[in-house]
Amino acid sequence: MREELLAILEKNSRIDFKELSILLGVEEQAVLKELEALEKEGIICGYHTLINWEKTSIEKVTALIEVKVTPQRGQGFDKIAERIYNYPEVKAVYLISGGYDLLVTLEEKTLKEIAGFVSDKLSTLDSVLSTATHFILKKYKDHGTIINKKSVDEREVITP
Amino acid sequence: MRNFLSEKVTSLKPSGIRKFFDIVSEMKDAISLGVGEPDFDTPWHIRDEGIYSLERGRTFYTSNAGLKDLRKEIANYIERTQKISYNPDSEILVTVGGSEAIDIGLRAVINPNDEVIIPQPSYVSYEPCAILADAKPVIINLKAENEFRLKPDELINAITPKTKVLILPYPNNPTGAIMEREDLEVIATIIKEKDILVMSDEIYSALTYKNSHVSIASIDGMKERTILINGFSKAYAMTGWRLGYACAPKEILSQMTKIHQFAIMCAPTTSQYAAISALKNGDSDVEVMRRAYNQRRRFLMNAFEEMGLECFEPYGAFYVFPCIKEFGMTSEEFATKLLMEEKVAVVPGTAFGECGEGYLRISYAYSLENLKIAIERLNRFIQKLRN
Repeated sequence: MREELLAILEKNSRIDFKELSILLGVEEQAVLKELEALEKEGIICGYHTLINWEKTSIEKVTALIEVKVTPQRGQGFDKIAERIYNYPEVKAVYLISGGYDLLVTLEEKTLKEIAGFVSDKLSTLDSVLSTATHFILKKYKDHGTIINKKSVDEREVITP
Repeated sequence: MRNFLSEKVTSLKPSGIRKFFDIVSEMKDAISLGVGEPDFDTPWHIRDEGIYSLERGRTFYTSNAGLKDLRKEIANYIERTQKISYNPDSEILVTVGGSEAIDIGLRAVINPNDEVIIPQPSYVSYEPCAILADAKPVIINLKAENEFRLKPDELINAITPKTKVLILPYPNNPTGAIMEREDLEVIATIIKEKDILVMSDEIYSALTYKNSHVSIASIDGMKERTILINGFSKAYAMTGWRLGYACAPKEILSQMTKIHQFAIMCAPTTSQYAAISALKNGDSDVEVMRRAYNQRRRFLMNAFEEMGLECFEPYGAFYVFPCIKEFGMTSEEFATKLLMEEKVAVVPGTAFGECGEGYLRISYAYSLENLKIAIERLNRFIQKLRN
């Protein structure tokens, strides 16, 4: 049940217990227990909403920043990652294999703010060797969801 | 002027679905639960393979039997799902959908007045294809109390010295019924004893919700007397690609290939290349779709229970087949009234045989959101009827 439950929730976290129990073919109590366990084990880390901010009047700029760092003795990358992810404007931090070390997703209202963050806060950290900032121009697909997808049922209305 | 038409063809009953289709198409905001094909798009890697084959200029006929690589993949697929070995060189034919395989399979084995046993309710083309092949269709009326499975006594009663073929349509469209191994074993015993050929239409084999599908051809001594039909339409959401296949003993398959060669030449080349990718890399796509269907199936069964609508639990395909006998209307009356009053289109059970009277086929090849709206309307409709 666990995998199927997670697959449903990842697509629709607003679904209620009753419907989950129907779709999974198990008792509501069992769903409740499994959900509690998943939260407790830290497998479910939050219930978020996917928002297409472009359609609102609110200005937002997102940048992906590649960061090269010197890992610190005894703590590897964790310490420097923590220093970065504690900034609330940082939306995601990943340790990456390949040409650089950390990938940082940053969300701000303007380009200027992003530039400011990179030059004042990020580059000045002792262990940061270099950064490369990429701005997101358009989101086509996010979290498995195609943005602006028009779904029209093109099937014949009745077929054998 | 003379009447140029064939009596055999003009005497065929028009499809019961057609008439309903015409009414629904004229309605603007009707919600249809009447579709017999998946709502999913063909998985991208399959479409991509089709596109790539076009880019490389693979636009010619293939061999009559189909691309060798595709036949090999079909053999692998049947080996890994059913543990049956078919020789891709002589026992597998790629066809234009499962429906072509039904047609040419019957034509390859029927002599005039041979009898073909057709359990109903079932897919609309078995009976006309049998008639066009000059066979006499013998109908078995399956029963809801048996969950629309074929029972040995029903089969025995239908067999005569002229019986040549039994059509075995499981997992079933329109009922969603399945046949499990124990059911098939008793049927197989009778088939062998009476020396009959089975045409097993397993187009929905990937969509079962209890145990994995069992093919009758996997039962001892049955492979040599079975034409196994399957295809890509339902499992991989590839209806428009028109691609299916038949597996049969080489004596039968070579005759089928002869008809296919003269009538069709070969199945669409683009579709064949795409289908190789479906069989090689498509298992996880099928599982995702199967899961979604299963959730919708549970949703519908629960909704029927809540509204007190009688329905046996189906474990295959993507249909439920609720009983509407309590309302004292024919299936067609019920479906028409439901369409007019609540704008929900379902297919009357009678479109799949007379014994479908008193039932409706409801397809769950629709998103949950759609199903919820439709069920709400159906519920309102039947509560109104009950008052």
